[in-house]
Amino acid sequence: MADVNRGHRPLSPHLSVYKPQITSISSILIRITGNALIVTAVLLVWWLLGLATGPEAFETPHRLLTSWFGDLVLVLSVLGLWYHTLGGARHLLWDTGRGLEIVTAERLGWGCVVGSVVLTVLTVIFFAVI
Amino acid sequence: MYITDRKRAMGLGAAGSGTEHHWQVTVTSYALLLLVPLFVVVVGLGIGLPYLEARAYFGRPIPAIVTGLTIVVGLVHYHLGFRVLVEDYVQGHARQLGIIGGICLSYALIGAALWAILRLALI
Repeated sequence: MADVNRGHRPLSPHLSVYKPQITSISSILIRITGNALIVTAVLLVWWLLGLATGPEAFETPHRLLTSWFGDLVLVLSVLGLWYHTLGGARHLLWDTGRGLEIVTAERLGWGCVVGSVVLTVLTVIFFAVI
Repeated sequence: MYITDRKRAMGLGAAGSGTEHHWQVTVTSYALLLLVPLFVVVVGLGIGLPYLEARAYFGRPIPAIVTGLTIVVGLVHYHLGFRVLVEDYVQGHARQLGIIGGICLSYALIGAALWAILRLALI
């Protein structure tokens, strides 16, 4: 019976058998950025808990997030967040049946990469000026 | 008994079930499309403030609601996506534990964040 193999079926996707191309790379980056953002979520919730608890509990997460390392983590988080948002918007567009031609799909892939960098630079400038 | 082709195929997708997962991802995606830009601005303005100012800031309606909503919707979206990651690369009991772990971590963070925001906003 087909059920003999239950639980031990081949896994997908096998990343190593694909030639890297912008469509696959931009898809994989959505997964990486989305899952990496859990680090940002943990840091932010820790910071919020400290803020709601009291000055002593606030001290450590506040010092961490306002250090150079915190700045680095937050800028990378913003880059990941913008990338994942653009990549997700691309999927919502694809779900309507639009933009699926190879040329368009490849342009959209580059659009996500370039767009996320541009939005990150704009975000950093916005908070530097304000 | 005669059943139509459609009826016979219902519920027999690769996952053996319907399209709820994809639908939930889609709904949360649309919500986050609006929430994420607001969240970046709101949280960016709040992080780095001194203790008392940050407390007052996150107690205000817009920062509190935007932060709370984005954390809830974002982490529900997260455990849906993390589930697919686990299903793609992990098998057997580790797969179940991975999925359960992702869901529990998401709701733990949601619970902690909501407690913090409610305390800042309502006390």
